Amino acid sequence: MLTKRIIACMDVRAGQVVKGVQFQQLRHAGDPAELAARYNVEGIDEVVILDITATLESRQALADTISAVARRIFLPLTVGGGIRSEDDAAAAVDAGADKVSLNTAALKNPALITTLARRYGSQAVIVAIDAKRRGDGFAVYVRSGTSDAARDAVEWAREAESRGAGEILLTSMDRDGTRSGFDCEMTAAVANAVNIPVIASGGAGGLEHFCDVFTRGHADAALAASIFHYADTSVSELKRYLRGRSIPVRI
Amino acid sequence: MIALIDYGAGNLTSVRKALTSLGADYDTPSSPQELARCSAVIVPGVGNFAATSALVGPWRDAIGAAVRGGTPLFGICLGMQWLFEGSDEAPEVPGLGVLPGRVTRLRGNAEARLKIPHVGWNGLAVPRGPEGSAPLGHRNFTGRLLSRLEPGAHVYFTHSYAAPVTADCVAATTHAETFAAVVERGNVFGVQFHPEKSSEAGLQIIRNFLDVARGPAVVARRAEAEC
Repeated sequence: MLTKRIIACMDVRAGQVVKGVQFQQLRHAGDPAELAARYNVEGIDEVVILDITATLESRQALADTISAVARRIFLPLTVGGGIRSEDDAAAAVDAGADKVSLNTAALKNPALITTLARRYGSQAVIVAIDAKRRGDGFAVYVRSGTSDAARDAVEWAREAESRGAGEILLTSMDRDGTRSGFDCEMTAAVANAVNIPVIASGGAGGLEHFCDVFTRGHADAALAASIFHYADTSVSELKRYLRGRSIPVRI
Repeated sequence: MIALIDYGAGNLTSVRKALTSLGADYDTPSSPQELARCSAVIVPGVGNFAATSALVGPWRDAIGAAVRGGTPLFGICLGMQWLFEGSDEAPEVPGLGVLPGRVTRLRGNAEARLKIPHVGWNGLAVPRGPEGSAPLGHRNFTGRLLSRLEPGAHVYFTHSYAAPVTADCVAATTHAETFAAVVERGNVFGVQFHPEKSSEAGLQIIRNFLDVARGPAVVARRAEAEC
């Protein structure tokens, strides 16, 4: 049976994981490769590296980070943050990324989704959607959530799928950082509208939140950052909890 | 040396990194003639079956000749599908045809939320039924590729097409329907999933193939050394 995936996201700046990392066992707490290796031992299913600076100068540092992580873990590795062109995507893939995540660039230039899907296959192209509730719908924001894209998340997810996206990474801006749980209604609305996997993100705070988003939210995967970094919740503990609630996970 | 065939179907970085980490001696040959002096052949690949049309002609002939000469061949994902006669994804492109059967599109099941493509971690099971190679009641995997792996091991898939469960299937996976996840017939091996992305289980499978490629004498010597 296909399992529900647990994905760890590392926000990276200049080759270091930002947000506090408190694994005492790690020699270099902010080192992405060390952290990824730790997650691998705990049973994480995938890792996402998000370049939060995404400046031109940070490009080489990012490639080095991707390469260092890909040498240590043999898991699907996604890279996002500032992927604006085919060249940016190629640099990430050449460094060892299996998938790239497009956000602002996909809305600005939707043809990029198709270009990359043709070059690397749809499985390598994730379209990331940041959205918040507005009335009955879900408004899409770009530029790290600062700019209203004047699109609805469900409609944009459908278009992304039709253009060749292999997965949707859906982040609730209302819930992000609140630790109050994923937005299950929004996740379900998108998951029910597309035939590609939907990764839920934003709001993970406790074990029960993952259970909710896999059941009520119909998510195929769930992504979190800080709760794993701070080791409030270990990946292995989370997976045992989910298995105890009859949610299929890889242990 | 192991020949890693680069025919432009997807990125080989991940496969290269896994082979390097396991200490494999490999290279990507630039011409089919080089295969004659390789100890094993790996055909990776991601994407549409039509991409394997790049292999039709000299490459297909050289790989076929190597296999007939006893060289171990390992097909990964699209590379495994290519071992069969052909695929509904690109009916005009012939497969290598060293395994009987045809690759077809997975159906999924919308009601049960079993989406296509089949993306994620799924379990390996001993094949059952009239076409399965394992005798009824057989509980463990047979064959060399799955040495040291237990049924139920999870591996990472991403595909929309799959090969049928035939007598060559040594592990099957179910996603609305049951398909061949691992095949093995003599010196021909294939996996539908990505062992280079399947953490420890995947690395063990690659290690098992490297053992096959090194030949029985080397493996026996190493086993003695470990004891």
